[in-house]
Amino acid sequence: MDIGTLDSGPIWLTLQLASVTVIILLAIGTPMAWWLAHTRSKMRVGIEALVALPLVLPPTVLGFYLLILLGPNGWIGGPVKALTGSPLSFTFTGLVFASTLYSLPFVVQPLQSNFESIGITPMETAASLGASRWDAFFSVILPLSRRGYLTATVLGFAHTLGEFGVVLMVGGNIPGKTKVISIEIYDRVEILEYTQAHILSVGLLLFSFIILLTVYSINKKLPVHVS
Amino acid sequence: MTEFLKATFKVNYLGFALDVDLKLPASGITVVFGPSGSGKTTLLRCLAGLEKSGTMEIAGEIWQNENIYIPVNQRAIGMVFQDSRLFPHLNVRDNLLYGYKRKPVDSRRLHLEEVMHVLALKNLMVRGIEKLSGGEKQRVALGRALLTSPKLLLMDEPLAALDAQRKTEIIPFIRKIEKELSIPIIYVTHSMSEVLQLVDTMVILKEGKVVKWGPVGKVFADIQLRNAIGDQHSGAVLDTTVLEHDTEFGITRLDFMGQELSVPLQSIPQGKSLRVHIHSKDVSLATQPPDGLTSVLNILKTKVKKIGENVGYSVDIELDAGRPLLATITRKSLSNLNLQVGQPIYAFIKAIRMIHDSERI
Repeated sequence: MDIGTLDSGPIWLTLQLASVTVIILLAIGTPMAWWLAHTRSKMRVGIEALVALPLVLPPTVLGFYLLILLGPNGWIGGPVKALTGSPLSFTFTGLVFASTLYSLPFVVQPLQSNFESIGITPMETAASLGASRWDAFFSVILPLSRRGYLTATVLGFAHTLGEFGVVLMVGGNIPGKTKVISIEIYDRVEILEYTQAHILSVGLLLFSFIILLTVYSINKKLPVHVS
Repeated sequence: MTEFLKATFKVNYLGFALDVDLKLPASGITVVFGPSGSGKTTLLRCLAGLEKSGTMEIAGEIWQNENIYIPVNQRAIGMVFQDSRLFPHLNVRDNLLYGYKRKPVDSRRLHLEEVMHVLALKNLMVRGIEKLSGGEKQRVALGRALLTSPKLLLMDEPLAALDAQRKTEIIPFIRKIEKELSIPIIYVTHSMSEVLQLVDTMVILKEGKVVKWGPVGKVFADIQLRNAIGDQHSGAVLDTTVLEHDTEFGITRLDFMGQELSVPLQSIPQGKSLRVHIHSKDVSLATQPPDGLTSVLNILKTKVKKIGENVGYSVDIELDAGRPLLATITRKSLSNLNLQVGQPIYAFIKAIRMIHDSERI
């Protein structure tokens, strides 16, 4: 069995991509989920449907439009190229952008249902005790949301680890820049290097299983806070 | 009565409208009473600043009008809710101090030691929130609200979720807050027994409108409010003073506006006050004092103030005994006695219910 040609590059790149994506997703997903959980706006259903779209869309469709959008003539890629000299397609930044969209529902949805179950009353209670909105959010809502954030983080991370179609369309297959594990596996299978494909696949499978297992067992231990 | 709080609110939700114009006193406990759906909670939310509407002025300070709106977190109010709403991720001490820490140092008037003492919280401090009983939770919630040094305490059915035993545990504390810390309280409830035990001023709310407000004795004796108050409680609320105890006969004599009432022996010291409730059905009338002996101990000299509308066979009479007193008699008796407004009349009182508050505890 020859595993000498297996290079750890795609593994690191994948972990990097998933980490950066999850951090961005938590930052933008929190206000989105908060808004969706508490708004009375009529736009809510529309936004909810948009957020859920990556769940049902074939990744190639999303990837295709992102490729156009991020490419040298795209709405985003164009201005970026004018500023930095290169478009976003086939770059790590482009991948992060694409992954963020692709994994959005996996972060927003658990956070939204978490905020909904906590309700607005802890915020009001905190306000009646003199806390500003930010203060109340960080001192009351966040500590009560540990389960929600754990679920959102893990689902977002795991889902980004496994993406293939979008990455292939937007990022291509550039070693060290956009070549992630799922694409490496595809490549190995193409050239009939089943051993390497096995190692990577089993690794991804075990890794995904272990983090999900960890989450579910932690979730069971964390206290449930329902107002 | 110095006006302390002036407010007008207009709130319109689908199918519900609150439209009130309130002027409330600077001290004591004011109860907002009414059936569910009458807008009690909405009124409280307006006062707290949780609903943006109308105008509000408190102790000469404007909290909201057309141009000004002081947000909830900057108002000197304390709120206590039906479900204690303690923060589950904090222990008792951190819950108590949540608002205290957020209050600027120079405006902190109440401190942990004092509040712990008033509410008897010392033994609860080390316990987790989930280990507290319902009544203990409400005491901690009260303490948490007090530690924000509020100018006004808003309580939304704080006892509704507790059983009778726990209620009697909490009520003295609420009295104590009002008396010892002199913080005015606005208290929402639909329980008449809480009203009788706590209130000085009463606001009756119905379908989003104030039906009547004023001192509890007056509101209670208003014969037009029978429906709002409910048959079972219709009658008069009288504040009396203990004159003396007659241990031989097991009787306590009470002074009520210069007249005397006797009740079974009470354990309240002389000179202290006792609130009593006299049901209108327990009052009968006579145009003359009994010329022989009677077994009725309590007879008050009164005047007929108002004769109510006929309700079936009976009619309510409002009497003036220095304070309002209510009697329900039959229409037949009304015609026999040939009552006229202003006429002196003797009220024979068959039963008196004592309403105890913190004085005893």
